[in-house]
Amino acid sequence: MATAVLTRWRRWDRPALHLLCALPLLILSVKGLSGDLGANPIEALVRGIGDWALRLLVVALAVTPIRRLTGLSRLAAYRRMLGLWAFAYVVLHLSAYIVLDQFFDWQAIAGEIRKHKFITAGILSVILLLPLAATSTGAMVRRLGGVRWKWLHRLVYLAVPLAGIHYLWMVKADTRQPIAYLVLILLCLGARLFHARHSRGAGLQ
Amino acid sequence: MIIRSAGGPATSEITPRRVWLSRRQWLTGAVAAGAVGMLVPLGRQARAGTLAGATKTRYQVEDKATSLEDVTHYNNFYEFGTDKDEPARRAPGLLRPRPWTVRVEGECAAPATVDVDDLIRSSALEERIYRHRCVEGWSMVIPWVGLPLSAVLDRFQPTSRAKYVAFESLADPAQMPGTRDRTLFPWPYREGLRIDEAMHPLAFLAVGLYGETLPAQNGAPIRLVLPWKYGFKSIKSVVSIRFQEARPETFWNRLAPSEYGFYSNVNPGVDHPRWSQAKERRIGEFLRRPTLMFNGYAEEVAGLYAGMDLKRDF
Ligand code: HEM
Repeated sequence: MATAVLTRWRRWDRPALHLLCALPLLILSVKGLSGDLGANPIEALVRGIGDWALRLLVVALAVTPIRRLTGLSRLAAYRRMLGLWAFAYVVLHLSAYIVLDQFFDWQAIAGEIRKHKFITAGILSVILLLPLAATSTGAMVRRLGGVRWKWLHRLVYLAVPLAGIHYLWMVKADTRQPIAYLVLILLCLGARLFHARHSRGAGLQ
Repeated sequence: MIIRSAGGPATSEITPRRVWLSRRQWLTGAVAAGAVGMLVPLGRQARAGTLAGATKTRYQVEDKATSLEDVTHYNNFYEFGTDKDEPARRAPGLLRPRPWTVRVEGECAAPATVDVDDLIRSSALEERIYRHRCVEGWSMVIPWVGLPLSAVLDRFQPTSRAKYVAFESLADPAQMPGTRDRTLFPWPYREGLRIDEAMHPLAFLAVGLYGETLPAQNGAPIRLVLPWKYGFKSIKSVVSIRFQEARPETFWNRLAPSEYGFYSNVNPGVDHPRWSQAKERRIGEFLRRPTLMFNGYAEEVAGLYAGMDLKRDF
C-alpha cells in the first residue's frame, strides 16, 4: 500500500512541482491583466518576479544540503528543475525591467548598470547564471564530463550571493528581509564547504 | 467636519466625484450597484468630510490629475509600514487626527501650542494642483487643499535668528505601528527648511485633497507640500514646528547622508545612488517621462539657490 502511494507520487511529483513553480507567475499575470497590481503595476511586476527568482534560487541551492541532512534521495531529481525555473524567473525579471520599466532605453539601462551598484550586482549574477542554464541538459553534462560540469556549476555559489546582495543594495532602509535571504544562502554555502571537508576526511579513512 | 472659507466655487463642484474614481472602482461600483446600491463602493472611500469653498488658485498644472484611488493607495508613510499599500490599509483605522495640537516654538516672539483647527484658520483655504515627485522615480499630480505655509509661520513672529524651520511628525507607537521599533529608524520623522524656502509662496500646508479632509494615509490632519523637492521633504502628520538658528537634522539624511541631502530639490542632473533621476514614471502612465528641473517649478524657486552648487548641496 505504502509503496503503491509512493510509486504514484513518483509519477506525479514532478508535474506537481512544475505547476507549483508556475503558480506565482500565473497569479502575477492574472493580477496584471485584471488591473490588480496597484498604482504602479510595472514596479509590482518587476519586484514580484524578482522575489520569486531569488526564492527559487535559494530553494534550488538548498536541495543538496537538505537531501544530505534528511537522506531523501528523491530530492536530487528536483534540483535541475528548480534551478531552471529560478533562471526562468530571472530572465523574466530582467525582461520586465528592459521592456516594461525602461522600454528599451538602452542608454538609460547602460547608465543604470554603471551607476547603480544594485543593478551591477544583478547583472553580474545573471551573467554567471547563463553558462549554468546553458549546460543544464544531460547532453551538455556528458559533453563537459562530470568533473568539469561540477566545477562550472560551483559558479552558483557566486551567482546566488550576488543576487542576494542585489536585493540588499536595492532596499532603502529596512534590510531585514534581504539579510534573511543572505543568511540562508550562506548556510547553504557553509553546508557545501562542510560536506567537502567532511567527505574528504571520510575518504582518507 | 466642514471647513469653510471665503469665496470661490466649492472644490467638489470643480472636480466631479466620478472623475476621481478610477476605472477599476467604476467596475467595482457597477457590480455592487446591482446588488446593494451605489453607497457601498462609495462607502469604501468614506472620509471625515468635505472641505467646502476652497478657492481655486493660479497654481494649476496642465497634466491630468492622478486618480484619487492611486493618490490614496500608493503612499510612503513608514510610520505605518514600509510597503506602499500599508498606509492605506492601516492608517485610517489607527490614526486619530482630532483632537490634534501643533507645538510652535524656538526663535519666535509668539511661541504657542495651538489646535490644528485654529492653525487652519490662519488663512483662507486654497486648492492647488501640484506635481509630486518621489525620489524613487515616480510622480503624481495632486489637487491639494490647504494654506500657504508662510501665513501660518508669520503668526508666530519668527525673529531674525530664525534661519531654519524644523518640523516633526507624530511618533505615537499606539497609533503608528511602524514607530514601535526605534532601532531600525530614528523616530520621530523630522524635516527642515531654510527660512526663505519655508516662506516661499509655493510652500504649502495641506489639510485635504480632492476637496475632502486629508486621508490618514496622506498625512492627516496637516502636512507639508513642497512641490519642487522630492516627496520625502513634505513631512506628514506634523506635531511640531521649531524656528532655529542651526540647520535641522532630518530623518533620511540621518539614515543615509550620502543619499538624501538637506535640500533634496528635484534635479534630473543629480542621480541618487539607487535611482536615476533623469526620468520618472507618472503613476498611470506606461512610458517614463523626462524629469524637470525643480520638478517644473524652476521659474519660481531657482532664485532661492542662486550661486549654490546643486551637485554638492543636493
Ligand atoms: C539573479 C538575478 C536577479 C535576482 C534573483 C533578482 C531579484 C530581485 C529581488 C528579490 C528584488 C526585490 C523585490 C522586492 O523588493 O520585493 C529585485 C528588484 C529589482 N531588480 Fe532584480 N534580480 C536579479 C537581477 C536583476 C537585473 C539583472 C536587473 C536589471 C538589469 C534587475 C533589476 C531590478 C529592479 C529594477 C528592481 C526593483 C527596484 C525598485 O523597484 O526600486 N534585477 N530583484
